[in-house]
Amino acid sequence: MEEKDKILDIKDLDVSFRTSAGTVHALRGVNIDLYRGETVAIVGESGSGKSVSMKAAMGLLASNAVVNGGQILFRYKNEAGEIEEADILKKDKKWIRRNINGRHMAMVFQDPMTSLDPTMQIGKQITEGIIAHLGVSKKEAEERAKALLEEVGITDAEKRMRNYPHQLSGGMRQRVVIAIALSCDPDLLICDEPTTALDVTIQTMILNLILKVQKERGISVIYITHDLGVVAKVADYVNVMYAGKIVEVGNVNEVFYEPAHPYTWGLLSAMPDLETEDSRLYTIPGSPPNLLHEPKGDAFAARNEYALAIDEKEHPPMFKITETHSAATWLLDPRAPKVEMPEELKRRIERMRKEAE
Amino acid sequence: MAADYSAEPILKVENLSQYFKVSRDFTVKAVDGVSFEIYPGEVYGLVGESGSGKSTIGRAVIRLYTPTAGKVSFKGREISGKLTNEARDELRTRMMMIFQDPMASLNPRKTVGDIIGEGLDIHKMYATKEERKEKIDNILKKVGLSPEHYNRYPHQFSGGQRQRVGIARALIMNPDLIIADECISALDVSIQAQVVNLLKDIQEETGSAYLFIAHDLSMVKYISDRIGVLHLGHLLETGTTDEIFANPVHPYTRSLISAIPLPNPEVEKKRVSETYDYYTSGIDYNVGSNHLIEGTHYVFGTDEEIARWTGKAGA
Repeated sequence: MEEKDKILDIKDLDVSFRTSAGTVHALRGVNIDLYRGETVAIVGESGSGKSVSMKAAMGLLASNAVVNGGQILFRYKNEAGEIEEADILKKDKKWIRRNINGRHMAMVFQDPMTSLDPTMQIGKQITEGIIAHLGVSKKEAEERAKALLEEVGITDAEKRMRNYPHQLSGGMRQRVVIAIALSCDPDLLICDEPTTALDVTIQTMILNLILKVQKERGISVIYITHDLGVVAKVADYVNVMYAGKIVEVGNVNEVFYEPAHPYTWGLLSAMPDLETEDSRLYTIPGSPPNLLHEPKGDAFAARNEYALAIDEKEHPPMFKITETHSAATWLLDPRAPKVEMPEELKRRIERMRKEAE
Repeated sequence: MAADYSAEPILKVENLSQYFKVSRDFTVKAVDGVSFEIYPGEVYGLVGESGSGKSTIGRAVIRLYTPTAGKVSFKGREISGKLTNEARDELRTRMMMIFQDPMASLNPRKTVGDIIGEGLDIHKMYATKEERKEKIDNILKKVGLSPEHYNRYPHQFSGGQRQRVGIARALIMNPDLIIADECISALDVSIQAQVVNLLKDIQEETGSAYLFIAHDLSMVKYISDRIGVLHLGHLLETGTTDEIFANPVHPYTRSLISAIPLPNPEVEKKRVSETYDYYTSGIDYNVGSNHLIEGTHYVFGTDEEIARWTGKAGA
């Protein structure tokens, strides 16, 4: 296979926020890679830092954020079709705004009602970015907008252009948001919980739509989500995030069928699947740590029934399991006692593998 | 947790309709002729997409709305028409609601103790201050908070803890029926599981019945004894959880069940879910009747539709 083209490379990203209550250490050394045409999912609970890391990648960090270190290398195709590289953290906001946001990196947010302007016709909202970034005439922009609406599955595009967001259903609105995101032919699409606000049936349609445009245009997609079902459907690679760190990374089959980190075990077990007969759901005890008081050692240790003594003292490094799969848990250290994933989860994974055959 | 099906149903909803008049010539029929029953100690799950009228049913039952037509009986007493004083007292103390967003449903300027104790204050359900404090402390412990949380404000809690406060507020009256309206949708996955387990434990302990309203079918399956599937204000299919999941008959139910993403990448990547569109399906919710499939499993449709659906399901 030919050399894969790395589009986004986040290295040791470390971000904290100054708040009235003290400094919140939101990202504590995050590494994420993404190659052209691939899909990466970032999974984690709220407050784990998944949205912050993507906001950093887009240069959208709030004004009270302090970047303590790290690198965000973004490689995109410029107008001439050549690959250009930029370190987002070193560029100023104005430059990012003009050259990256919406142009090469676009974002789909959770709630379409808050990401669309309620007082503006949707046609205008789509053409706005096209005119600003690509410098085409209004007429041509409108033509493009119409084609985009058709591409995202909105019938009667001509008429819909003159509608306001409140005249559309939730699923339609999210399609419009996707059309806006695609309007300047981005290299990277970031979807922040794109279907959390939608019903299951509409969720499937939107996910299929994103998969379709991704295949057709060959763009890379990052999903931020806490729904493992969605991850299983769309992702090539999965990053599991906990308390500002990536704790497990691997391709989707490795993370779902051979999870190595106790937190991933917990997440997978807590998901009610339609076959479980038990009367109780598995829960991860406790709640995520408050990063205002940075935990010493492994942040997950307090909720981890498999925690070792060393977890209290030192944060585990990433242990490599295969070429693509690694996890940050001391359980993988050669000196650690042999610990297997919970029986219940093992049975469930076996059942999933059988279904897959 | 055993539901008592031989007893009188605790809640009986017959042909409930709830219309909202938007303008002189436009009325939204949010709920149209819905009937179901809930037995003591049972969990009845209402599922459907947004706009299907599931929350409206919950709100009409607890009389946050005045039902347009139909009859609702609670513990054998009609509560849908004009309320007598006793009926209102009964309704307001024996039926409780847990709302979706705990931040929006808790008064930010009141302490948790006062939020939970408000029902006790209004209905004068304690003799001394000490008794009130003791009752609230007990309920705090029951939902997994601690008595020291008594003087804190809602913003000092995490989302899961806030929802526990909402649950405590409903529980302190020791109700016979709890309406849980999307009470876990706003929470994180790992916290959702904690709250669902808590609701189950409480039910085992107190034996109250639940009307569990949600759009997440996998959670509904977990907690419910029976399920009702709602679409556009019509109850399309109802039955025990096993009946519905093992043999979904109505195409809408089938599309709902097939749309749940499974955490199994190999399967999920290949799966094509069933789609359903009411407007192109040729199904008219206004004609037809309830057909018994088996046991307590009923499906709404015309004779011909039912024959077609079950034929396909049985093949």
